[in-house]
Parts: sequence; structure tokens; C-alpha cells
Amino acid sequence: MSQGRIARRFAALAREGRAGLVTFVTAGDPDASTGAAILARLPAAGADIIELGMPFSDPMADGPAVQAAGLRALAAGQTMIKTLALVRDFRSTEQDTPIVLMGYYNPVLQYGPERFCVDAAAAGVDGLIIVDLPPEEAEPLAVPAAAQGIDLIRLVAPTTPDARMPKVVNGASGFIYAVSITGVTGTASAAQEAVAELVARIRRHTDLPVAVGFGINTPAQAAVTAVVADAVVVGSAIVRQVERAVAGEGPAAADAVAGFVAELAAGVRSADRPAPLRAAAS
Amino acid sequence: MTNVNTFRAGPDERGHFGPYGGRYVAETLMPLILEVEQAYNAAKADPAFRAEMDHYLAHYVGRPSPLYFAERLTDHLGGAKVYFKRDELNHTGAHKINNCLGQVMLARRMGKKRIIAETGAGQHGVATATIAALFGMSCSVYMGATDIERQKPNVFRMRLLGAEVVPVTSGAGTLKDAMNDALRAWVARVDDTFYCIGTVAGPHPYPAMVRDFQSVIGDEVRQQMQAAEGRLPDTLVACIGGGSNAMGLFYPFLDDPSVAMTAVEAAGHGIETGQHAASLTGGRLGVLHGNATYLLQDADGQIQEAHSISAGLDYPGIGPEHSWLHDMKRVTYVSATDAEALEAFQLCAKLEGILPALEPSHALAQVRKMAPGLPKDHLLVMNMCGRGDKDVFTVAGALGMDI
Ligand SMILES: Cc1ncc(COP(=O)(O)O)c(C=O)c1O
Repeated sequence: MSQGRIARRFAALAREGRAGLVTFVTAGDPDASTGAAILARLPAAGADIIELGMPFSDPMADGPAVQAAGLRALAAGQTMIKTLALVRDFRSTEQDTPIVLMGYYNPVLQYGPERFCVDAAAAGVDGLIIVDLPPEEAEPLAVPAAAQGIDLIRLVAPTTPDARMPKVVNGASGFIYAVSITGVTGTASAAQEAVAELVARIRRHTDLPVAVGFGINTPAQAAVTAVVADAVVVGSAIVRQVERAVAGEGPAAADAVAGFVAELAAGVRSADRPAPLRAAAS
Repeated sequence: MTNVNTFRAGPDERGHFGPYGGRYVAETLMPLILEVEQAYNAAKADPAFRAEMDHYLAHYVGRPSPLYFAERLTDHLGGAKVYFKRDELNHTGAHKINNCLGQVMLARRMGKKRIIAETGAGQHGVATATIAALFGMSCSVYMGATDIERQKPNVFRMRLLGAEVVPVTSGAGTLKDAMNDALRAWVARVDDTFYCIGTVAGPHPYPAMVRDFQSVIGDEVRQQMQAAEGRLPDTLVACIGGGSNAMGLFYPFLDDPSVAMTAVEAAGHGIETGQHAASLTGGRLGVLHGNATYLLQDADGQIQEAHSISAGLDYPGIGPEHSWLHDMKRVTYVSATDAEALEAFQLCAKLEGILPALEPSHALAQVRKMAPGLPKDHLLVMNMCGRGDKDVFTVAGALGMDI
């Protein structure tokens, strides 16, 4: 099978010898057209991979900022069909930056996992992160996702014991998402040593690239995390730029997000990394 | 569930009741939930755990609760012989404490120092705060801001018991939002915290564990009915929020084919208005709060707010075992409106001198509908799972009275 966008992007990052920046925004936040404008600006601003949140009424793993983003999008009429259309429109001009949809299982289940994977692949989606779908329950989505060449990204948490690690990473594709804190998105930040230890623990069980997220809020934190990770995920801090713009503070949403993402990208690229962390995923 | 002749074998080892149940949680919580399951299995097999629980059930909760023949109500309805299982006489005034005792004892056994819980009406919060006080553990109860407004007496009771009541402003500020925030709080403090869920919902093992702790209700009914009438009851009736009092009454009888069971969801202003809490009647299969079950939701899979006059039934889901029993047609699921529950509440007060909680008032509304058509030797047991003192302000408001 030919390599997908996610594998190609990590291979390119490995050649450049730097970590990637993964940016999270919620689809349709604060409304459909502004959300599309924000999305379109991300690659040029320095996003290497885009995580696009599928809004859900009950986001139980998210902190206040991402919760509020989802509610703004839902209030503005965002639906799953509109989210897939947003990806399709983005893809008509941008072919290289991978898009990973992130959300909760129920909206996918209601859409129908098979039909969802077919439509998502057709729209240009490369990966899925379903926060409340652990490996034990994943099969109904994992099978159609694999059939469509979509990576179902697995999450590893600080609480995941070594004995459980194979269950989580075996059969994973794309990359491993390391949740750096025990908490919801956008709250505390992890100590650098704890992140390094978690990443090292994951690398003992898989050759896939490791992206670290949850609790990374500033360019400086992104730079520090980029020393040990293959990619750094920033979500709540970006979404707060939208929140501020909606509140009438600072520049317009798309400008605010693009400006902040550029700072994050600079942070990630400034990381002082040791020799290549590992060969690109084959 | 390999033995096709039993309804009592579920869930399977992954927590599934047919297509329902399971463990739909973030990876951060998964290892904890596996740990709760292991600890629960060990406790279940330990006679000392059972003995200590029986001790507190007898001397602290006040079990067994009476099985009471409601003679005047029976005469009034003119059909089936109506019994009340009087779990409203338990300490703290509802069945909730049966489960809280079990879970907090388990938390203590696991070395946890802090208990968190969600609450809607405040009954589960009060029961959790009570047992936490009894065992000297710290307790935080997550409660929707809307519910805090409409259940002030219970909020104050929890604070008197030493619990922290955490207002939840996300979503509509009701029970489902409180459960979201309790799960978020659990993720943030996994080391020292135990989450005491108030009904037969949530990720495995909670639905089975809560059912087991509540099954004391049905176990007692079996013995008490044998003593009173020399046989099994014919019909069991209970209300459904998440479904814990109903599971507790039904479970011991699931494999007795002569025993019919009816569970009553809250129809709020009426199913046709869309403002109700009847997940089985008006919902469809979905995933929320760690389990797959019938849920009130829109076409896009967004969860809808439930409505009921009874804060304890105001939940857009139902325990997964009920979803399965519904599909198996072992239990009949019906609904009662706010207005029907209010009428039943008043009738019970005047005829029996018992103020039922608004939750079992829904069960009573169903008893009023079905008892007159049943023969006089038909033994009907209704779970009087809570007392109505907490609801007098709501009832006064609904009746347009000032107190
Ligand atoms: C008295 C009473 N009955 C019933 C319920 C509903 O819960 P369940 O269906 O789990 O019994 C509640 C919940 O607060 C309650 O307080």
C-alpha cells in the first residue's frame, strides 16, 4: 500500500530532523465560515498536522476551553456532514497536510462507522482519534477505518501500565498520541521529566512516531516537549485565541490563530534535539 | 452469556449485555476502571466484606425495609393486592444508600481517601456524603447549578455532612453534566479518588456492581413475600432514572418466569412533546458516560437534555442491562407523565399516609393504571424507593401553592 499523508509527513519531519507541530481546532468554531478561514491558514502558519475536533454535547475528556469551542460550533449549527464538507473544501487546495478528526464515539456511531469511514476518506481525512473508544471497544470502527486507509490513532496515558501497553499499541497505525497529564485538556502541564519518561516507555513498545499532547500551552513548552517527542500537540491554547476574538479582544480569529500557531511552530523548530530520535516509520 | 436459560448471567467479561454496556472511557481512566473491577471481584469473594456490609445494612441503614400491604390503596383500586417495598424508610430516605455503602466500603478497601459522586436530586449525593462521613473520608459531590437551585435542602444536608458540593455550570447544569464533570475530576485525581456512581450506568463494572449492591431489595422481597403470602409475587413495578432501584428489585426474580416486571420511565410533559426522560421509549442506541445504551439524542448524535418534574429521573440515558432486558422483552417499559406522578403522589399521601418521592410516584401512577384490571389474588409489589420530604417545594410549586 502506498504511504498515507501521516506517514509521509513524519518521514519528512525525520529527514528535517525536527519535531512536528500538531494543531487542534474545533470544526465550525466559532461559525462555519470563520472556522474554514482558520483551517485554511494553518499549514502556512506552521502546522504540520491538523487535528480537527468534531463537536460533541458531552466532551468528558475536555477542559473548559475545548468544551466552550464545541458549544460555540454546535450553537452555530455544526454537524458531522458539515465537518466532512469542511475537510473536502480544505483538500481542494491543500493536498499535503494530514487531517486527523478528533472527537467522541457517539456522533460517529450515529453516522454509521462504515459510512463514516467511507465519507471521511473521500473527503480527505487521514486519521481518527476517538477519545472514548479504547482498544477493547474499537473493532467496529477499526475495521472500516483500516479498509479506507484511515489511521485510528491510539492514546497512551501516564496511567497506562507497561503490562497494558501492548494491548494499546499493537495494531496501531499513524502515530501514538501520548497524553502527558492525568487530567482533561487545557488544564495542568506535565513536568518535562515525566513526559520524557512516558515517551521512552512508549518507544519500548512501538516504532510508531509519538505525539505528545494535553497541557502544552506556550511556544516555550512546545519547544521543550519537541526535544523528546516526534510531534507536539497544542489545542486549548489555540482555541482560546478563537475565544478571545469572539469576545472582541485582540485581532480577528483567523489572524489570531495564525499568529499564535506561527509562534508555536517557531518554538517547535527551535528545539535543541539530540541525534535523530529514531528512523522514520517505515 | 452462554446459558440461554438465564437472564442473570450478564454481563460478559468485557461488561457487555448483548450490544449494550462495555467500557467507553478515555485511556487515562481505563486502567483505573480495570482496577475497580479487580477489587470488586475480590471483595465479592471475601466473606468478611459481605459480613461487614450486612452489619451496616442492618444497624446503620435499617434493613430489612418492611414489605407493607397497602390495604386502603388496594381497596381504592379494586384489583391486585398492592404491596410497597419500603426503601424510603432507609437512613437518608431512599434506596441510594444500599449502593453507596458498598462502593465506599470498596473504596476504603482499595486504599482510596477521597470519594466523588454526581447527583441530580441530591439523594445519591446525600447518601454518598453520609457514608463518607461514617468512614471518615473526604467527599466532593458534583451537582448541576440548575439542580442546586431546585434541591436546596439536599445541598445544605450534604454540606452539613462535611461534603463539598461542586456546582456544575457546563451544559444545562443538570445530572448528565454533573456526571461529565465528575468523570473529568476523576481523571484529574486518579491516585487517591474513587468515583461512586449513583445508578446502574457508567463503564463496566459499575452497572453490574450497583445492581449487585441494590439486589438486597429483591432478595428481601422474595423472603418477605414468602412469609406473608407463601409464594412469589406476580408483578413487580419500579421507576427508572438510571434504573438502580428497578434492577435491585427485579434482578433476583429475572429467572422466575411467573414474575412479570414493569418499569416506569418519566414521560415529563408527554413523550409527544419531546420534553421527557424516557430513553427506552423515545431514544436509541448510543454511547455516553462509558456505556452503550438507549439515549435521548438528535440525528447527529448530540445528547439531548431530559425533562422530568423529578430531578432523580431527569437523565437522558438508562442502565445498559435495562436496554438488554427491554430487547429480550423480559421487562415491560412504560412511562408516566409529570401530571400523573403528581396525582399519584397526592393519592398516596391521603390514602396511605405516606409521602412518596416524585420518582416512585411515577411507579405508583403505573400501579393505578394496571392494578384495577388484575384479579384480587394478584400480588403486586411496588418499590417505594424514596420518601417525598425533599419534594414538597416542587409539589407545592406544581400545584400553585405557596409554602
Ligand atoms: C428516590 C429516588 N428514586 C429513584 C431515583 C432514580 O434512580 P434509579 O433509577 O437509579 O433508581 C432517584 C435518583 O435520584 C431517587 O432519588
